[in-house]
Order: sequence, then C-alpha cells, then structure tokens
Amino acid sequence: MTDTTTTPPEIGGIGHSVKRVEDARLIEGQGNFLDDIVLPGMLHMALVRSPVAHARINGIDTEAATAVDGVLAVVTGELMDQHGLAWMPTLSGDTQAVLATDKVRYQGQEVAAVIATDPYAAADGAELVDVDYEMLDAITTPQQSLADGAALIRDEKEGQTDNLAYTWETGDEAATDAAFAAADRVVSLTTHYPRSHPSPLETCGIVADVNSVTGQATIYMTSQAPHAHRTLFALVAGLPEQNIRIVSPDIGGGFGNKVPIYPGYVVATAASLLIGQPVKWVETRTGNLISTGFGRDYYMTGELALTNEGRIQAMRVDMLSDQGAFYSDAQPTRYRAGLFHVCTGSYDFPHAHIKCRGAFTNKAPGGVAYRCSFRITEASYLIERLMQTAADELGIDPAELRLRNFIQPEQFPYETATGFVYDSGDYPTALRKALDAAGYDELRAEQAAARAEGRLVGIGIAHFTEAVGAGPAHTYDIAGLKMIDSAELRVHPTGKAILKLGVKTQGQGHETTFAQIVAEETGIPATDIKVIHGDTDDTPYGLGTYASRSTPVGGAATAMVARKIADKARHIAAHLLEAAPEDIERDADKFHVAGSPDQAVSIQDAAFAAYTNLPEGMEYGLEDVTYYNPPNLTFPYGSYVVVVDVDPETGVWKVRRMVALDDCGVRINPMIVEGQIHGGLTEGFAMSSMQWITFDDDGNCIGSNFMDYLVPTAWETPRFELLETVTPSPHHPIGAKGIGESATVGSPAAFVNAVVDALAHLGVRNIDMPVLPDRVWEAIDSAGG
Amino acid sequence: MEITVNINGTDHTADVEPRLLLVDHIRTGAGLTGTHIGCDTTSCGVCTVLVDGTPVKSCTMLAVQADGRSVTTVEGLKTADGLHPVQQAFSDEHGLQCGFCTPAMMLVGAALIDENPAPSDDEVRWAISGNLCRCTGYMNIVKAIQSAAAAAASSNGDS
Repeated sequence: MTDTTTTPPEIGGIGHSVKRVEDARLIEGQGNFLDDIVLPGMLHMALVRSPVAHARINGIDTEAATAVDGVLAVVTGELMDQHGLAWMPTLSGDTQAVLATDKVRYQGQEVAAVIATDPYAAADGAELVDVDYEMLDAITTPQQSLADGAALIRDEKEGQTDNLAYTWETGDEAATDAAFAAADRVVSLTTHYPRSHPSPLETCGIVADVNSVTGQATIYMTSQAPHAHRTLFALVAGLPEQNIRIVSPDIGGGFGNKVPIYPGYVVATAASLLIGQPVKWVETRTGNLISTGFGRDYYMTGELALTNEGRIQAMRVDMLSDQGAFYSDAQPTRYRAGLFHVCTGSYDFPHAHIKCRGAFTNKAPGGVAYRCSFRITEASYLIERLMQTAADELGIDPAELRLRNFIQPEQFPYETATGFVYDSGDYPTALRKALDAAGYDELRAEQAAARAEGRLVGIGIAHFTEAVGAGPAHTYDIAGLKMIDSAELRVHPTGKAILKLGVKTQGQGHETTFAQIVAEETGIPATDIKVIHGDTDDTPYGLGTYASRSTPVGGAATAMVARKIADKARHIAAHLLEAAPEDIERDADKFHVAGSPDQAVSIQDAAFAAYTNLPEGMEYGLEDVTYYNPPNLTFPYGSYVVVVDVDPETGVWKVRRMVALDDCGVRINPMIVEGQIHGGLTEGFAMSSMQWITFDDDGNCIGSNFMDYLVPTAWETPRFELLETVTPSPHHPIGAKGIGESATVGSPAAFVNAVVDALAHLGVRNIDMPVLPDRVWEAIDSAGG
Repeated sequence: MEITVNINGTDHTADVEPRLLLVDHIRTGAGLTGTHIGCDTTSCGVCTVLVDGTPVKSCTMLAVQADGRSVTTVEGLKTADGLHPVQQAFSDEHGLQCGFCTPAMMLVGAALIDENPAPSDDEVRWAISGNLCRCTGYMNIVKAIQSAAAAAASSNGDS
C-alpha cells in the first residue's frame, strides 16, 4: 500500500486508516434513522398507488377510507390542486404529478394519501380508497413509445405532440463520419443497459412538521442533498426559505435513490401544513422499488472505427433512453444524457459523435445516477464492451488492444474528443499491474487448454475512466444551482473544532474522513474534530452527496477552509513567538520559528490565543467558511480483471477471481476507500448477474420486492482482490479524486467481458445484462456450441 | 391481548392488537429503534432479532407469538463488561458503512459464534445469507464475524 501519511497516528491526518467515529452509535443501535424519529402528536401517512400502468381516473371514492377508526383525512390530487401542488417540477425541467388528477401513467404512481393516528390505520384506510380507473393501453418500451401512432402519454403537457422526452447530441459528426468512411475496420455493439434500482436497505421517508403559528417547517427527510431540497421546497411550496429547515438524519444507504424529491415528501408536508400536526411517511419496500428513482435503461449502439492494427480512429454512439412517465433525471442542466460523453474512455482518439433520444413510457420516472456520476456507468460499460468486441473481431488480445490505444501518462492533461480535460493518470502501469496480479499470461494458457477439453474459462478486462466531482460553476448546475460545495470550520479556545459540511454522508464515513482532512491541514487531532452535516440550519450551503462529489468538492472546501484557519493560526503563532509571520513554519502538530524548532507553539496554543491574546488589528476568533468552485472534474480510473468458469451445460457462471486496481488519487482513509470499492464491486456484480427491473406487456413491474428483484447476498458475492496506484489529481487541494462509485462504474463490463470471453471462440459477441444462465445457455446453443 | 415479552432481560407487558408485528412492538412499544425495517417480505433481514437465542426476522413474527419468550435486540448485546466481541469487531474490521443492516448482522454473527466458535468464510456467508447489505460487499462483515469468534474464543480460554 502506498503510504501518503505526513502526520503521526495521534493526529490522524490523510493516509491513516482511522477507525470510524460513526460506528460507536451504529453498533449499539443508537443511530438516528428517519423512522426512528417520533414527534409529539405525530400522524402517519400511507400512499395509495395505482395498480395499473396507464388509466384515466374517473373518480376517487374516499368515504370508506375516511370511516376507518384512526383515519383523519384522505388527500387526493383534487385537494392538492386547490393548493397548486398537484404537480411539481423535476430536476430535469419537466413536471411530475404529485397526486394524479387526470390519469395515472405508471404502476405505483401516487393517487391518494391517507393520514391516520397510527401506521396500521393509515394502511387500512389506503386499502379502502376506491379509484375508478378507465384502462388505457400501456406503452412499456421506448421503441413502442416513439413508433408512429403511439398514444400520447403526456397529453397534459403543453406543446407535447409525441412521446419524445429530449434529444441530445455532442461531438463532431462530420469528422467522425469521415473517420468511419476511411477506417480499415468498423466494429459495432448493440446492447441494453437494463433498468436497475439502487434499493438502499432504508427506504425513503419524511417527518414533516409545519408549525401553523410560526410558519416554521422542520422537515426530517432521507435526503442526499438537504440544501438543494430546501431551496426546491421553497420554490415548489412557496414557503419562505429561512423558515424551512431540512434535517437529513442517519441515512441507511442512498446510492442516488435519495437525490430526487418524491411525491410522498410533498404530500406529507402539505398534510402537516393543513392539519397542523407532524406527519410521518415511510415508504414501503414495494413503493420504493416501483416508484422511486431507478437507474440506467439505455439502449445503446456503439461503433468503433479502427485501423487493421487496432488503433481507434473514432467512436459513434446512438442511444435511446427509457425515461418512464416523467423526465426527472437528476443531472446537470446542460447535459440531457448526463456525462455520457465520457464514453471515449481511457483511449486516445480524435473524433466522436454521440446522439441520444429519451422517450416517455408507462413506467416509473426518476433516472437517477445509481452509484454513478450521471450516466458514466452506461458510458464506461459501452466503451469497455466495445473494446472486447473489437479485440474479438480483430483477433487482438483485449489487454494488448487497450495498451495500443491508451492515453499515455505524458499526454495529461488530456482533452478528449468530447471535451473533457482528464487531470492525470498512468493507465498502462495500472493495467499491467492488474494483469500481473491476475497472472494473465498463465490464465490465457489455461483458457486454451480448457477449451481443448470442452471447458469454458473466461478472462474479462475493463479499464475505466470516470468523470466525477461535478462541478465547475461555469458548466455544472442543477435547476440553476451551481454545483459548488462548502465547509465551515470553527476552532474553539481549547483547540477542539467543529466542521460543518454542505455534503451529507449516507455511509461513506464523512464524520471520520473530513476530520482527517482538517487534521492534516491544521494539526488538530482528528478525534478533536466533530463533523456536522445534514441540517440546513446548522451547515453552509451545498449541493449534496452524489456523483462522487463529496471528496472532490466538499473535501476540497474542507482543505481550503482548514488552510485559512492554519494561516490565521500561523499569524497568531508569530505574535506569540514574537517573530514575523513569514518566519513561521508549520509541522504536523505545531508552529515553529524557521531555524529554531524549539521556539514553537501548538495549534491549541494558537487557538486559545485567538480568543485571549491577539496581535493588534486581528479579528477575534478562529473560524471561517469556504465555498469551493472546483476548476475541473476529477478523473479516477481503474483496471479490473475477472476470471469466470462457465458451465456449458447450464450456462451458470461463477467468478473465480476478481482483481480490482483503483487509482482514486490520494486516499484519505485507506480502510474506508477499500470498503467503498468492496461495495461498488458488489453492485457491479449485481447488475451484471441478477439485478434488474422488468415489466410485463401491461406495464406491471416485475421486481416489486426482494423476492423478485434479486440483490446479491453474501453467498453469491465474489471475493475481491484489491490493488492500487496513486496518481494525485493536480488541481485538487489534497490530490484526491473520489472513489464511491468507481467500482460500480467499472466492474459490470469486466464481469460481462469475462463471460463473453469464455464464449468468444464460439462466435458469441454479446449477452445483455443481467447475464442470466438462460441467456448464456441460449448464446452457447445458438452459436452451435 | 395482553402479552409479556422479555426484551434484553426486562419484561415488557402490553395490551396489543393480535396483528401487531413483533418488529413494531420492539420499535414502538419498547422504544428500541436499533431494530430496523427494510422490506415487507422477510427478505432483507434488517429486522432480525434473537428469539430465545435464535435469529428471527421480526417483521414476520407477530408480537403475540413472542409472548413468554426472550428477545435480544442490538441494544442487548453490550454487557456490563463492555461491547460484545461482535460489536467491537464490526468497528475494527470496518464491517459497517451506513449501519442500517448492522444490528441484524451482528446478532446473526453473535448467534453463529455461540454455536460455532471458529466459522469458516463459507459458514459465515451461509449464516448471513438471509441478511442483505448494500454497502459493504460482505467481505468485511465476514472478517468481522470471524474476528469476533476468535476474540470470543480467546477470552473464553482466558477465563
């Protein structure tokens, strides 16, 4: 492991595997999750969801529900409409129904809400709400949706005459077409990245407490972005922003699922406002799976133009995304398909052109970036699957093909064909190190021998480059809000500190790692720093935690504010040591006069003096705030090698080895980084092997519970072998790049490439995810194997 | 109907609806919120508690079925001597991230090492295969349970 520490363990700065401070409460059952919050007079809400995918609502009979003992009110779209809240804006500039007024557009859509004194009564009431549905045909694929004569799903939307949600393209079409026309070889791949669901084990929920006397709205909410949500609540509900306090408590996993604002939040808040009591809504698992933010659902055709030697000349992509009934992707405003244009991957070629269309269907909306920085999971999958296809078609070893095309270390900063400027990297070293660890040459020899015996062994490679940490204000905003982030640091007279963040942990360990950044920059021991986050009344503004942006943006803000504090402390130290500030140097834990290490004061001495003994003209106190506008994204990367054994009789495949090398720049806490990689690899394995949300022809969601929507248990999950290289980001204050999503982004292609590689000699070039045994068996069977 | 459930060594007597789920009785009735709810179908396991020492998913047991029985929740793992070895090991081995599945995972781990003082990797994985985790990828959970088993064995050996 690369040692990047500069502080002793008792300071616990960057590079130390400090044990997590969050653990103390969580291992004793003292976490404070949303459903643990109980307020005096709190009521409970249950949602009535549509059982059908597409139907006109002819009436809603609430009489029987209202008569249930304990039920206080039934809220319908009509009531919400009277308050101007039947519809709400989405994060992608569309509108979404809060409670359906005209028709339902997907199974699981919110139709009514029952408010009762306890959750059982609310559920009883919800059962008895009688909705008169007039059935309409469901449109369940984007291909059907965009076909001539398809029924209009968004008939309420002014100016909408078809089911097209958006179009987007980027790159140089003419130059790309010319490169393809001149190419020796063209390879193509058509594949579907299926709809998946983040499904954190804690579902979404809210406790809305609107005080009708003071106008104060305290909203406890499973939110990955509490500040942005406060602003959106102010804009949607018309509440004054200073009177809205969003508190995001301990979050039981997010993975993008807790980025959007869902109808349940809005209805519970409205109900609390109207009734004058706190209202709790905790989503059921089925509600979570069938209605909240899914990920992916992209139909992709990618092509590479190559020379006979395998040098890529250009890339062309045509895509169709299934948006569901409302276009509510969480992504930067400027980019309609997120950051998909990172699909040129780790390779040096001059031209690319990408076209994308999105279609409305009768499915749940909310294309969130599921453990992904806005569609880069799809992008990374496409290029890495294309590399496998090209290797198989051209007869070049897939590792060799990558090595021939890599951006070289000396080319950084490197501008891609689609305009990203990659910050740093050494791809050949990373891939070679991963291949060596896997024993690549021996594996290829074993594969050849196995094939001779009729056994199927596959070796899959993926070398991904992510674009994370959105982002620079000149380019990145969500709903107009620039994607900056913040940190506020207060050092108290005894030298103990409080750090307040605009970002919000959902398990990543911010309370530990962000304290380590301050420890590194100031010398205050990490254990003396309390990290506060998630409460908008008590933290500076930020856009939240998703898209691996906490460390690249919030972590940078933390380093910068800590540097401001350290600099003021240095001036105070100069005063205490009766020296000039420019003669003061900082060690890991103290300030000393240059050339006289014994003439020293500690950061704690300086902190005490900040409140007791200051140089003339200096403002008292030792606190500051930084709003960080990153100059660029960061570009973590990795090389993954997967070895699988495929049973030719059943199509069942098993992961024999999974070697994962990640380069996320400087690692703040190696233990936590490795934990993030383990989790990400597991989700990548999940998507490649079992995890998908499907629908029948009537739009019924198959995958509405954990018996039908399969997520891996410990029994199926492979063991992982982790490796690292450390290439710091040159523009990030501490050289860190972000790691939370790398493994989910990079690993699906490695798993699928491994299975395809096992069958490549039979002529198999693609199996869509999830690579279920029956799909593998069919691929073998149709190849005549 | 009136029931008495011993939770973490204390008898809780209450008049409950027959349909009340044990998990709701624990969380709302006894106010012990370390036991979580993650699905409606006995699938995710975050509601797991020990009933007379055996792991049970408390969303699929009625409170009335627990009448006269002993329930251990995460709040009952720690003793006067300090943290249970499994609690310490989960923190030491980074066996938790968001912490939502953690109470259940630790209880299953504690029950396993009661029966099997030195479980193999596969034995741990099989034991926790009724409990989902979305954050950790399980590797450090397995490590934590094995390390807790070793710690428990060594402290039993000492005594």
